[in-house]
Amino acid sequence: MTTNFLALVYLISGCLFIFGLKGLTSPATARRGNYLAMAGMALAVIATLKSPVVSGLGVIIPAVIIGAAIGAVVAKRIEMTAMPQLVAALHSFVGLAAVLVAIGTYLNREAAGALNGVLMGELAVGAIIGAITFTGSLVAFAKLQALVSGAPVNFNGQHWLNLGLAVFILILSIDFVANDHFVSLVFLTLLAFALGVLLIIPIGGADMPVVISMLNSYSGWAAAATGFTLGNHLLIITGALVGSSGAILSFIMCRAMNRGFISVILGGFGAKDDDEGGGSATRAAAEKGANSAGVEDAAFWMESARKVIVVPGYGMAVAQAQHALKELTQALEAAGAQVKFAIHPVAGRMPGHMNVLLAEADIPYDQVVEMDEINHEFATADVALVVGANDVTNPAAKDDSSSPIYGMPILEVHKAKQVFVIKRSLRPGYAGVENTLYYMDNCSMVFGDAKEVCEGLGSAVREAG
Amino acid sequence: MSETMVAVYVFVLACFIGYWVVWGVTPALHTPLISLTNAISGIIVIGALLVAGSEMGGFAEGSLGFIAVLLATINIVGGFMVTQRMLAMFKKKR
Repeated sequence: MTTNFLALVYLISGCLFIFGLKGLTSPATARRGNYLAMAGMALAVIATLKSPVVSGLGVIIPAVIIGAAIGAVVAKRIEMTAMPQLVAALHSFVGLAAVLVAIGTYLNREAAGALNGVLMGELAVGAIIGAITFTGSLVAFAKLQALVSGAPVNFNGQHWLNLGLAVFILILSIDFVANDHFVSLVFLTLLAFALGVLLIIPIGGADMPVVISMLNSYSGWAAAATGFTLGNHLLIITGALVGSSGAILSFIMCRAMNRGFISVILGGFGAKDDDEGGGSATRAAAEKGANSAGVEDAAFWMESARKVIVVPGYGMAVAQAQHALKELTQALEAAGAQVKFAIHPVAGRMPGHMNVLLAEADIPYDQVVEMDEINHEFATADVALVVGANDVTNPAAKDDSSSPIYGMPILEVHKAKQVFVIKRSLRPGYAGVENTLYYMDNCSMVFGDAKEVCEGLGSAVREAG
Repeated sequence: MSETMVAVYVFVLACFIGYWVVWGVTPALHTPLISLTNAISGIIVIGALLVAGSEMGGFAEGSLGFIAVLLATINIVGGFMVTQRMLAMFKKKR
């Protein structure tokens, strides 16, 4: 196979990847897009294996078989609620692979006597981005899997330490390029591992949608940097596609929280975890002036509603309430109501998290509406049902300029005739801000586990109908 | 124009393509977008194959290459399959 032919195959693969991403424009074309991307990957791998640059398959075959088996089993077994963890873990693999390829390529080229300054600079960049992606993703994984607390970790001089590390990594890179010190490459990789950890630990659990998007972006840049070292344009194209995709998602997530990217990265936001159960939640609510309602009261309202808008949040994912919510939806529809789901961009722990969970529960995607499209509809809704969402419904973000979340776009549930909020207690959300929605006249709290309450509502509505 | 400059051209233009294509992705599919980009970033397997399949490689390159191919393959297979699983769940109202 000639070099030009290989390059041509790579170009076709790159185009197939672009068509693959383009397929995600709509759920109707998305699966075809995924197949096109698979075809692109298969072409690229087969062509590489057939090309003269790969001379021995002894190491490759077992690695591919084991890797494919692990990937297939994980993909089949993973719970949809655990998607954020899985994605974080997969990002870390790309990062580590980039590091290993950088070091392996150095050893190869050194043996062949084919090192030069530009190549070594690219190797260093690839190793650094890969290393940061690797350990950063591991920390994100640990936080999402609750192996460590999701609360931000802050200490004095944290940002100075990061800056110092970055400068030190730069110095080692220069030494590596200028003096061909392999040991500098190893050390700068180790320091970049440390930097990856330090960059992610100050970021709180609820900022995870940004972290996931950001690491998605890094994994792309790591692949692109590897493409530069190998002079491989397919890696560069794919890395650029993935890198810009993650960057755009980060931007969308930050915009949905009305926070600057830098402020999220510097972290420290959201010292509190999500609400915990409180036995006297109802009494506390009464003391603070919030209405509370039982499941029967809420069901009574919902039976006669013509239009119900459900607002799911992370609490729905934690309680695995999506299937109970589907049952409730069916009961309401049987009772003659129109039911829609309103999604805030940062609901959940990764972009689009809620959409996947609702799809898993067999809720049709045309019933699930994004924030900008549904906000004007709350005024015509008889009931807004908030399931485990908090800050994204806080009217203070609109009308209290002293609130820390002022300016954040919200779902305007308070405009509905009646609002029910399913929540375990009145505790504030991750922003640590009191939700003024809970004290409004048209809002009642239904305290309890989201799944149990939804099941209760579903059967109450069904019985009445 | 040097090899590196050509690579920079390719990189910058691909960033533009990525920018335009990704803005077109519906927010409902942002999770599959992440898992799909994850799968295709497994393209780093090509670099891993070069390391693992090098004829002059010693034990060090062989081991590095083995792990890199393994990780990238997990990414590719896991990423595509989980994307497929998710996309199969998105249905229209009957």
